[in-house]
Amino acid sequence: MSAIVEQVLSLVPAGVEAEVTVVEHASAVTRFANSYIHQNVADTGTRVTLRLHAAGRTASGSTTTVDAAGLARLVERLTATAALLPPDALWAGVAPAGSLDPAARDGFASVDPATAAATPAERAAVVGAFVESAKGLLAAGYVRTSTATATFGNTAGQSLRGGYTEASLDGVARAASTDGGPADGVARATSRRLADLDGGLLGARAAAKAQATIGGVDLPPDDYEVVLEPQAVGDLLSGLSFYVFNGRAFAERRSFARPGEAQFDGALTLVDDALAADTYGVPFDAEGTPKRRTELVRDGVTQGVPHDRRTAREVGAESTGHSNGFGDTFGPMGTHLAITPAGGPAATEATGPVVDSDVAALVAGVRRGLLVTDFWYTRVLDPRSAVITGLTRNGVWLIEDGEVTAPVRNLRFTQSYPAALAPGRVLGIGAHAHALVERYSGAAHRAPALRLASWHFTGGASG
Amino acid sequence: MTEFDAATAAVEAALAAGARYADARVMLRSDESMSARNGAVTALNRSDDAGLGVRALVGSSWGYFAVPDPGGAAARDAGRTAAEIARASASVPGPAIDLVPAPAEVASWASPCEEDPLSVPLSEKGDLMTSVTADLHRAGADLGEAQYHIWDHRTWFVSSEGHRIDQHIRKCGGGMWATTVGEHETQRRSYPCFRGQYGTAGWEQIRGLDLPAHTARIADEAKALLRAPACPAGETTVIIGSEQMMLQIHESVGHAIELDRILGWEAAMAGTSWLDLAGLGDLRYGSELMNIVIDPTLPGGLGSFGYDDEGTRAQRRYAVKNGIWVGVLAGRDSAAVAGLDYGGSVRADGWSKMPMVRMTNVGFEPGPHTLDEMLDATDDGVYMENNRSWSIDDKRLNFQFGCEIAWEVKNGRRGRMLRNPTYTGIGPTFWRSMDMLGSETTTWGTPNCGKGQPGQIGHTGHPAAPARFQNVRVGVSG
Repeated sequence: MSAIVEQVLSLVPAGVEAEVTVVEHASAVTRFANSYIHQNVADTGTRVTLRLHAAGRTASGSTTTVDAAGLARLVERLTATAALLPPDALWAGVAPAGSLDPAARDGFASVDPATAAATPAERAAVVGAFVESAKGLLAAGYVRTSTATATFGNTAGQSLRGGYTEASLDGVARAASTDGGPADGVARATSRRLADLDGGLLGARAAAKAQATIGGVDLPPDDYEVVLEPQAVGDLLSGLSFYVFNGRAFAERRSFARPGEAQFDGALTLVDDALAADTYGVPFDAEGTPKRRTELVRDGVTQGVPHDRRTAREVGAESTGHSNGFGDTFGPMGTHLAITPAGGPAATEATGPVVDSDVAALVAGVRRGLLVTDFWYTRVLDPRSAVITGLTRNGVWLIEDGEVTAPVRNLRFTQSYPAALAPGRVLGIGAHAHALVERYSGAAHRAPALRLASWHFTGGASG
Repeated sequence: MTEFDAATAAVEAALAAGARYADARVMLRSDESMSARNGAVTALNRSDDAGLGVRALVGSSWGYFAVPDPGGAAARDAGRTAAEIARASASVPGPAIDLVPAPAEVASWASPCEEDPLSVPLSEKGDLMTSVTADLHRAGADLGEAQYHIWDHRTWFVSSEGHRIDQHIRKCGGGMWATTVGEHETQRRSYPCFRGQYGTAGWEQIRGLDLPAHTARIADEAKALLRAPACPAGETTVIIGSEQMMLQIHESVGHAIELDRILGWEAAMAGTSWLDLAGLGDLRYGSELMNIVIDPTLPGGLGSFGYDDEGTRAQRRYAVKNGIWVGVLAGRDSAAVAGLDYGGSVRADGWSKMPMVRMTNVGFEPGPHTLDEMLDATDDGVYMENNRSWSIDDKRLNFQFGCEIAWEVKNGRRGRMLRNPTYTGIGPTFWRSMDMLGSETTTWGTPNCGKGQPGQIGHTGHPAAPARFQNVRVGVSG
C-alpha cells in the first residue's frame, strides 16, 4: 500500500468506512495535421480520490495536493460534507479484503517500461513514418503514450496495486475528392507497447483507403446488408455497453438485457475481460473489487450485466468489478468488451479499401451491400431499445457479388443496435478481434469485423 | 512564491531553453456536484486541484507541459520541458507560425456572483435535490433525477510578451429529469433544458430555476409521452423551442465557425468544417433573419470571461450578419495563418490541457416574432421542445436531432402531443429556410462540449430563441 493511501486511511475517524485510490499518471500526445506536428502536449500528476461513509451518509472527492496538509484537508472536508447530507440508503459497504484473481495477480502485467519512458522524439518518429508513407496525401492524427499506476486501500483491509502502459496511433490520410472535399482514409492501432506501432504500415493503409474513396456516389437511404470493419463494430460495443449491459440501467428496467433469453444471434458471444493478454488496464475497479472475465452473451443468450457494489445489492447479485468511479450517475458498464472471433489463419494485409484478409473474406459473401469503415457521432434516440443515430465516416463502399465496386458518400443511419445483432442477423464474424483505440470513452474494446443482414440507413450526404 | 511568480518562472525557463514565445497558467480549481434520484442523494463530489501548464513556441512548433501543484523548481522544469517537446515537434515541421498582436494586458477580472455557491450549506442543497426528485417520483416518474454542478476557478496568466492577468470565474447550474419506463421504450422530460441550465453565476442561478414549481408538469408530460402517438414522418414546417435551438446553434454554427477546424487542425477526430475561408464575408449562411454573435462579454453566459487563455481581452463580434458569414472563432496562431487580425477564442480545460479554439457565447440576436405569432402563422406543422439526441457529421453539415416532446400545429393552434420527434437536414439549407425568429432570447449554457486530443470539455453559452423553419424532414425512426 502506498504511503499516501496509508496516510489518508490513518486520518479517517474511527467507525467511518472509507476507500482511497491514488492514481499517478503521465500522458503525452503528439498531434499532427496537414502533415506536420501542430500540437505536442504532455502532463503528469497524482490524484487522490476518497469516498467515505459516515453515520449512514456518503461523500466523495479528490485532490491533486498530496502533501500532508492537502490530504488532511481532503479528509476533513469530506467528513464534514457527509455529516450534512441526507442518508444514503443504498450504500453497499466497502469491498472486503481479498486478493486479486490469479489471472491478475501481477497487477503490472500490462506495463511496458519503454513505453512508460517514451520521449517526444520517439513519438515524433512514429508520426514521421505515418506522414512519409501517406503517399503525399495530407495526414492528420496523433501518437499517444500513457502510463498510470493505481493504488487502492480501504478500511476493510483491501489493498491492491496495479498499472498499465498504452500506446496508440490514430491517423487519417486525406485525398482530394472529385466533389471538392477531402476523401479520408483511416488507420489505427493500439498496444501496451509503443514499439508495436508501425507508423509506415498504418500510413500506407490510410492512404490506400483514402485513394479508394475518391469519386464517391450517393446511394438512396435504405436497409443494406453491411460488412462492418472492427472500428465500426467498436461503436456497437460502446452503445451496448452504455445502454444495454449497464447495471444501473438494468436495475431501473431501462436495459434491453433479459438474462436467460436468446436475444442475440447464436453466433454471438460477448465478454468483458480487462485481464486479457491483448488489452491493458488496472486489474481492479474503483471500489477495490478485482476485475474478472464476465460473460454477457453466450451463443446468443444474454447471461447478465456488469455490476458495481451498489447495483449488485439492488438486484441481489455480486459486484463484477465494474465500478467506474463516477458515482452512480452513468452506472457500471464494461470497459473491455470483446466479441469472440471466428478464428482462423493469421490475417494478412489487403489492398485498396479492405483493411485485411478477414474483412475480405466477409466481403466475398455479400451479393449487394456496403463496407463500412467507421461510425461517427452516434447518439441514442431510445435507450430501452438502444436505437442509435449516427453517420458513416472515413470510407464506405458498395459491394456487389462479393467485390468492392464503388466508393459511396457518407450515409446517416438510425438503427437499434440489439436488433442488428438479433437472431438470424449475424451472417459472419471476422477471424480475429482487433484491439480498438480508445477515443473518448475510456474503453479498450476488442472486435472482429462483422457481416450483418441489415442496417437501416435513413439519409444520404445531401439530407 | 506567488502564483504569478511560478508562472513567470516557467515562462523564463522556456525562453532560456530556446523558446521565442512562451506563456503559462497557474490554476486553482474547486468543483462540487451532487446528484439525486427518487429522493436519495446518489453522488456528492468535491474536488480540488492545482497546477501549472506552460506553452512554448520554438521556431514554428508548439510544446506544452503541465505539472500539478507547482513550486519554483517544478515550474522551471515545466518551462524547460515544454521547450524540449516543441523542439521534438520540429522533426515533422510545418509552415512558419506567427501570432496576431494581443496587447500586453496587466489586469484582474472576476465573474459576477451574488451568492457564493460553495458557501451555500450542503444540507440546503441536499434538501433541494432530494425533495424535487422525490416529488418527481411521487408524481409518477419511474426515475426522478436532479443534479447541480459548481465550478470555482482562479487563473494566473503570464506571457513572454508582458501579459499578467488573474481571473476568478465562478459557474453554477443544474436541472432535473423525469423518466418513465414503458414496455418497449423510455420517455423523458427535462427542466429547464436537457442538461440543465448553467452560467457564470452563483447559487442564484439555481434559485432562479425554481425547480419545485415544475416537478408535476414534467412528470405528467413524461407519463403522457408513453401513450402519445409517434411524430409522423414527412416534410413540414417546424417550430423549434429556444432550449433546442441553442444546441442547433452550437452544433451547426458554433463548431462550423471554429477556425482550427476550417484549417484542418482537427481533421482526424473532431472534424473539419463545410466553410471555406474564401467565402468569409460573402457566403449566405442563412436567411436575412439570422444574426449570430460571438460574445464572451455577455453577463452570466457560461462562455463568458474577461480574457481568453492566451491573454486576449473578451470582445463581441458578428459571426453571421443578416444571414451572411462574417466571422470566426480564432486564436492568435490560427488567425495569423488565415490572414485575420483577431483571436480571442482560445480556451483550455484546466491547467493540464493546451489551449485551443473554443466557442465562447455564440448565439442569436433577437428576432421580431413571438412564439404565439409563429404558432398563429402556421397552418400545418410541428412544434418541438428540448433535446433528446444529437448527431452531426464531421463537416457540420448533415444533422439529426431528436427532441423530448412535440405538438402538432394545425390552423394556428397547438394540438395533440407527439412522442419521439426528430428532424434532420443540411445546415445552410435549414438556416436559409428560417422565416420567423423569436424576440426573447435565453442564454443557455452547455457544460460538456467535447473537442481535441486529448479530449477537452468546454463550457459554452448560447443565446437562443424559438424559430420557425420550412420544408424540414421530420419523424425519422429506427
